[in-house]
Amino acid sequence: MQFVFTEEQILIRDTAREFCNEHATSARVRAALAAPGGYEPALWSELLTMGWAGIAVPEAYGGSGLGWVELCLLQAEQGRRLVPSPFFATAALAAPLWLQVATAAQQAEWLPALVSGAHQFACAVTGAGGQPGATGLTATLTPHRAGGYRLTGAANYVIHGQTADSLLVAARAPGSTGDAGLSLVRVPADARGVTRTAQVMLDLTRPMSRVEFHAVDLPAEQVLGTAEAAGPALATVLQLARIALAAECVGGAEYVLEMTTDYARQRVQFGRPIGSFQAVKHRLADMMVAVEAAKSAAWYAACVAAESPAELPEAAAIAKSNCSDAFFNCAANGIQLHGGIGYTWDHDAHLYFKRARAAATLLGSPAWQREQLATLMGLGASAAPPVY
Amino acid sequence: MKLGFTPTQEAFRRDAAAWLEAQLSGAFSDLRGVTGQMALLERRIEWEQALGRERFSAIGWPEQFGGRDATLGEQVIFAEEYARAGAPGRVGHMGIELAGPTLLAFGTDAQKQRFLLPIARGEEFWCQGYSEPNAGSDLANVRTHAALVDTPTGPRWQVNGQKIWTSLATFAHWAFVVCRTEPGTQGHKGLSYLLVPTQQPGVTIRPIRQMNGEAEFNETFFADALTDADNIVGAPGGGWAVAMGTLAFERGVSTLAQQMSFRNELDRLVAAAKANGAARDPGLRLRLADAYSGLRIMRYSALRMLSQTDGGELSGAAFTYKIYWATWRKKLGELIMDVLGPEGEIARGLPYEWAELQGVFFSSRSDTIYGGTNQIQRNLIAERALGLPREPRG
Repeated sequence: MQFVFTEEQILIRDTAREFCNEHATSARVRAALAAPGGYEPALWSELLTMGWAGIAVPEAYGGSGLGWVELCLLQAEQGRRLVPSPFFATAALAAPLWLQVATAAQQAEWLPALVSGAHQFACAVTGAGGQPGATGLTATLTPHRAGGYRLTGAANYVIHGQTADSLLVAARAPGSTGDAGLSLVRVPADARGVTRTAQVMLDLTRPMSRVEFHAVDLPAEQVLGTAEAAGPALATVLQLARIALAAECVGGAEYVLEMTTDYARQRVQFGRPIGSFQAVKHRLADMMVAVEAAKSAAWYAACVAAESPAELPEAAAIAKSNCSDAFFNCAANGIQLHGGIGYTWDHDAHLYFKRARAAATLLGSPAWQREQLATLMGLGASAAPPVY
Repeated sequence: MKLGFTPTQEAFRRDAAAWLEAQLSGAFSDLRGVTGQMALLERRIEWEQALGRERFSAIGWPEQFGGRDATLGEQVIFAEEYARAGAPGRVGHMGIELAGPTLLAFGTDAQKQRFLLPIARGEEFWCQGYSEPNAGSDLANVRTHAALVDTPTGPRWQVNGQKIWTSLATFAHWAFVVCRTEPGTQGHKGLSYLLVPTQQPGVTIRPIRQMNGEAEFNETFFADALTDADNIVGAPGGGWAVAMGTLAFERGVSTLAQQMSFRNELDRLVAAAKANGAARDPGLRLRLADAYSGLRIMRYSALRMLSQTDGGELSGAAFTYKIYWATWRKKLGELIMDVLGPEGEIARGLPYEWAELQGVFFSSRSDTIYGGTNQIQRNLIAERALGLPREPRG
C-alpha cells in the first residue's frame, strides 16, 4: 500500500506540466477556441507525437501500455491549462471502448490509427435528451438486409463530433431497456444519413455536436464485438471516463486556486494585500480544503480503475461528484475574489467557471452520481431519482 | 500508486483479526461496539491492558517500548480490523496518540525509558494541559507558570495555574502541560513543555457539564503542584515547538481509528433512515450519499497523508484534514436530526439522556471548536499552506 505517485508517474506529470505551461498559453488556448473544430491541430499533433493518445493502450497496438493513473495525470495537467484537444474523446472514451467492447481483430485494425491520430474517433454515448447512463440512449439498431444493420435516431453532446472521422455510437435493440440490448457501432462520419450539427456550447473549451442518424445502413463488421451485448462494457468505460473527467476537474480547480492565491497576494486595497484579510483568506482556505479532498477522491479512483474493478462504480461516483463540485466552487470563488476583472471576457476566470459547470453535467450531475451511490449503499429505491 | 497489500501484510491481517475476534466474543464481549469517552471505564482500561500485553496498543512504536515496529501498511490493516471487529474506542488515546509520539520525537532516552512502556501497556494514562480560560485559539497566551524550586529531594518544577477542556483527566496519571517558565515573557517565547503527575495534592480536577448533559471535559487547577526537574520535554523555554509537534501527531494513524467510529455512526443513521422511510426521500438520500462520500474521502486522504510521512513537511491533505472531518461530522449531526424527524427530539430518559445518534448532533458542535477552531484552521491553511500574508495582530 503506497498511495503516492511513483517516480515514473511524477516524471510524466512534470513533463506534461512543462509542456502545457509552454504551449497551452492563454493566448493559444483562446486562438484555438475560435478555430474550426475548437482546437489547434498543430498542438494536437504534438500531443500525438508524444504518445498521449495511446497512454493506456497496449504496446501491441502502438500505445505506451500504461494505466489509468498515468492517463489521469495527463488529463489533470491539460485541465490545469484548459488545453482544447480531442484527448479526452480519444484516449479516455474511444480507446477504452475499443479495448472493452471490440474483438481482438477489430482492436488490431483500428487502435493503431487511433493512437497515431490517423483516424479520429468521437463517441456518441449520450442520448439526445442528455440523460446519463444507458437509460438515456434511444438510438436504435435493427437488423437490416443480409447480416447488416440500420441505425436510426439521434445522439447529443458528442465531444469533438464535428471533426471526427468515425463515430462510435451506442444504440439499442428496439424495445430493450437499461443495459440490455445495447450495441456499439462504428459509423463513418460521412456515411449516408448522418448529419452533424455543431452546438454553441456554454463551455467554449469542449466542442460538442448533435448527431442524427436517418436510417444509416451498416455492415455487420462495423458492430464492435457482439451485437446487443455491449451494455456492461459500456458502463465500465463510462466509469473510467468519469474518473478521467474527475482528474481534469482536479487540475482545473488546483490551477484556479493557485491563480487566485497569487492575485490575493499581489492585489492591494486599504493599504495591504487583500490576501491578508480573513474574509479573503478563509475563502481561499475553503477552496484548498475542497481541492485536497478532490485530489484524494480522483487519485483513489484512478488507482481503483487500475487495480480493483469491483470498487469502480463507487469510486467513480465519489470522484466525479466531489471533483466537479470542488472545481465549480473554486472557479466561482475565483471570479468573486478577482473582483470586476474576474467578470470580464479577457480574464481566463470565466473559461474555468464554464468548464467547471459543464464538467458537472457531463456523464451525470453530482446529484445523479450521489443517487448511484445511494443505491450502492443499499438505501433502496428513490421516491424521485434525479433526471440528469 | 498502489492500494493493495502484500501476502505478509495479509497474513498479519488474519492474525490481528483472529485475536480481536477471540477477545470480543470472549473475555471482552461486553465492550463490542462501545463508544463515547467514559462508558464502562474500568473495563476499557482492562481492554487497554489486554491490547498492551499483545503489543497491539501502539503497533507503530519500537519493540523496546511495547510496539511492533509495524510498517505503515500494517498500521492501516490493524485500524481496519479493529473497526471491523467492533472494538471499543480507545480511552488511552491521549498517551498513545499524543504523549507517546511527542516523547519519541522530542524526549530524552531516560524519558522514553520511563514513560513509553507504561503507556503502551495501559498502566499509565495521560491528559492534555494546553487550553486555558484565556488561551483558547490564542494558545500562546498561556498564563499557567512554573518555576524550579528547591525541595528536600532536589530541585523540582512547581506549577501554578488553570487548564481547561482537559478530557479524560479524572482517571489520568499524568498531564503534559504547556506553561510559562520564564517570567515576563509573552507569546511563544518562554513556554516549556512539562510532564506533571496529576494524582497529587496540588492538582484539583473539576468536571464541566457540556450541552449534551455529560461531563467528559474538566477544569484542572494547579496549586503548587510539583514535578521532577527532568520532566521537561525539549529545552526550558522551548516548549512551543514541542506543543506544535504534538498537534501534528493528531493527524497520524489515529485518524483511521477515528474514522471507524464515524463509520459506525453513519451505519446507524443509514439503518434508521431505512427503518423510518427517510431513505426514499430524494433530498435526504443524496445527503446520506454525500456523507458516505465524505467518509470515504477521509479514508483516501488519511492514506495519502500516511504515505507521505517520510517527506517531513506537512502535505496539503494533512493541513486540511481537521477542518474536513470536523465539518463533515457537524453536517452528519444535522442530517441525523433531519432523518429522525420529530421522534428524534424525544430523549431516552432522565436526566437528559440521549441515544447515540442524537449524541452525535450534540457532540459534533464541539468538533469544529476543539483542537483548533475551523476559523483557526483556515488561518493555518491560508498562511502556512497557501503562503498568504499574516493577519495583523495586536
